[in-house]
Amino acid sequence: MLKIENLHASIEDKEILKGLGIEVKPGEVHAIMGPNGAGKSTLSSVIAGREEYEVTEGSIEFEGEDINELEADERAHKGIFMSFQYPVEIPGISVTNFIKTAINSNRKAQGLEDMPANEMLKKIKEKAALLDIDMKFLSRSLNEGFSGGEKKRNEIFQMAMLEPKLAILDETDSGLDIDALKIVANGVNKLKSADNAVIVITHYQRLLDYIVPDFVHVLFDGKIVKSGTKELALELEAKGYDWIKQEVTA
Amino acid sequence: MAYTEEELKKELETQEYAYGFYTDIEADTLPIGLNEDIVRAISKKKNEPEWMTEWRLEAFRAWEQMEEPDWANVHYEKPDFQSISYYSAPKKKPQYESLDEVDPELLDTFNKLGISIDEQKKLTGVAVDIVMDSVSVATTFKKTLAEKGIIFCSISEAIKEHSELVKKYLGTVVPQKDNFYAALNSAVFSDGSFCYIPKGVRCPMELSTYFRINQAGTGQFERTLVIADESSYVSYLEGCTAPMRDENQLHAAVVELIALDDAEIKYSTVQNWFPGGKDGKGGVFNFVTKRGLCEKNAKISWTQVETGSAVTWKYPSCILKGDNSIGEFYSIAVTNNYQQADTGTKMIHLGNNTRSTIISKGISAGKSQNSYRGLVQVGSRAANARNFSQCDSLLMGNNCGAHTFPYIEAKNKTAQIEHEATTSKIGEDQIFYCNQRGIDTEKAIALIVNGFSKEVLNKLPMEFAVEAQKLLEISLEGSVG
Ligand SMILES: Nc1ncnc2c1ncn2[C@@H]1O[C@H](COP(=O)(O)OP(=O)(O)OP(=O)(O)O)[C@@H](O)[C@H]1O
Ligand SMILES: [Mg+2]
Repeated sequence: MLKIENLHASIEDKEILKGLGIEVKPGEVHAIMGPNGAGKSTLSSVIAGREEYEVTEGSIEFEGEDINELEADERAHKGIFMSFQYPVEIPGISVTNFIKTAINSNRKAQGLEDMPANEMLKKIKEKAALLDIDMKFLSRSLNEGFSGGEKKRNEIFQMAMLEPKLAILDETDSGLDIDALKIVANGVNKLKSADNAVIVITHYQRLLDYIVPDFVHVLFDGKIVKSGTKELALELEAKGYDWIKQEVTA
Repeated sequence: MAYTEEELKKELETQEYAYGFYTDIEADTLPIGLNEDIVRAISKKKNEPEWMTEWRLEAFRAWEQMEEPDWANVHYEKPDFQSISYYSAPKKKPQYESLDEVDPELLDTFNKLGISIDEQKKLTGVAVDIVMDSVSVATTFKKTLAEKGIIFCSISEAIKEHSELVKKYLGTVVPQKDNFYAALNSAVFSDGSFCYIPKGVRCPMELSTYFRINQAGTGQFERTLVIADESSYVSYLEGCTAPMRDENQLHAAVVELIALDDAEIKYSTVQNWFPGGKDGKGGVFNFVTKRGLCEKNAKISWTQVETGSAVTWKYPSCILKGDNSIGEFYSIAVTNNYQQADTGTKMIHLGNNTRSTIISKGISAGKSQNSYRGLVQVGSRAANARNFSQCDSLLMGNNCGAHTFPYIEAKNKTAQIEHEATTSKIGEDQIFYCNQRGIDTEKAIALIVNGFSKEVLNKLPMEFAVEAQKLLEISLEGSVG
């Protein structure tokens, strides 16, 4: 589904990703861990197509197609979703209005008519229930004044509404309380199928108890330096990153 | 497509006027220039009574002595008042019972404007009085209104048919000598609308007028007079678009609102005159005097969406004369390219317990300048006056400007005046967030702008809100991609 090879990317002439490779197949869950500043959010932004990042070398393939030249909205239309580490506020636009606009933009790209209002409402109700979101919440301005946890839950709500093929969850667990973490993880699991894939970026093993990864990767200084199964996450939790740094520099 | 500020800004600048066209309807035009003879000729062409001719001449004499103001934060080449023709009426001047009889070319024009009359007719509860190049050519729903005793007609007709009312109220809120443009308007106004709501009557529909400028080189001087008698209510909508022109077109309208005891007037405007090309050439000069007078317990709300004109100079105001009267001003002003807008309001508190609210949203793009200028004045005898003002500016790119000039003159110690102001920029992160969810940049900007303007859009009547949103999108997007 997603195949990244020797990816080099920089921002303002500063190289952040330095020859990164990863392959994600349909039905898989990948976890990416790594110290602060390693380049995890940069990787998500580059996959999602943020303009400010320049890809200087390497390739990103999505479903067999090189997507490097595609705009962010075009990548979204192909089914790439990213849950933001820091979701952005849009004052005056309700969650409902925003998601409606997003869904209809995606449908338009697929050559479909706008989703009928009753169908939209049904879907909103269903997904809000899945994530235990109060309907009143959906009338509030997008992310404006939302608590950290509410923002993250709202990201997953949007993911549930958009039903992407590939979801990248950038520290979706940070800011969530224990109950919310379970609800959100449960929501993500319910949306999993043999046809879609998830990349979870996290600092904590805890999330991976709920969203169980098939693979765990360590991203360090712009490269994937170690990959393994879910046991690797436990090891990281116990030992920290120093031993990896030593392995890399050795 | 690009998301950087720099590129975004460039894309905004490549927007073209969507409604640029010209309708070829035969017109009857007076020679250019202005003198007493021209004023008399205008009055004569309109078969006005003697008192009206005199009233115009008085205004003209005052105007001759006046200097064109230049204190507003706008810069432009001043119009040459002697090179304008002050009267232009469609030659065929039919009186229609039904819209089916209207000149097909005119209907076509309206279709191009996206305000098809067919659609308008379907919108139940909207009476449309179309002012086309200075003379009303079609009026609808008149009969329904007449049953309630409501008068809604052109000002020329009112001068003839309801001269007592016109004589009593014309110029009482905006005197002939009020300012340079008001004096000019008083001397030469060719048409406009008149509305009277009798005591205790709630007008059952939104009254709506579409103004436009059509004849090349013709200034347009509309005169609107709305009188809401005691305990009555009316919601009045004014909207306009203009064909593309090379020369600047002058527009100097005067709108007077009178809300008698316990009456309420809602006056909403959507204005989309040709703003000038990307190079700043052409476009309408819009110098408007709008003012309302509130008697006891009366309320006047001005809501405006300004997206057009090269130069806009406009301050819908409220004189809160009666005790407990309320004045409101809700405004969205969008400027792009070289547009300049200097708008705001004046709230004059004279009565006790008078309240005013001002919500102003300025959106600037391109090389435009957008200024809010507001005056809140509390008279020495106005006890417990309250005002709340909020002025928000949204900037796109680095070459535009937003300015806020709040003036406060409180002569009574019991006054409570609050002013809040914010300035923000559309962020790349906001646009990327929308893009990531599949929303293209053009739509993302429209979404962000709509969100920013929401408090004011919400104040518009439903029919207008949709049109206003469309205008906002047209004036800021269309360009991207
Ligand atoms: N606009 C920018 N200009 C310069 N450096 C930047 C810019 N944006 C990000 N960086 C740098 O890129 C590096 C990687 O940042 P990134 O956000 O990808 O880290 P991360 O792995 O997600 O960290 P965290 O765990 O703290 O979220 C950091 O050193 C950061 O300072
Ligand atoms: Mg990060």
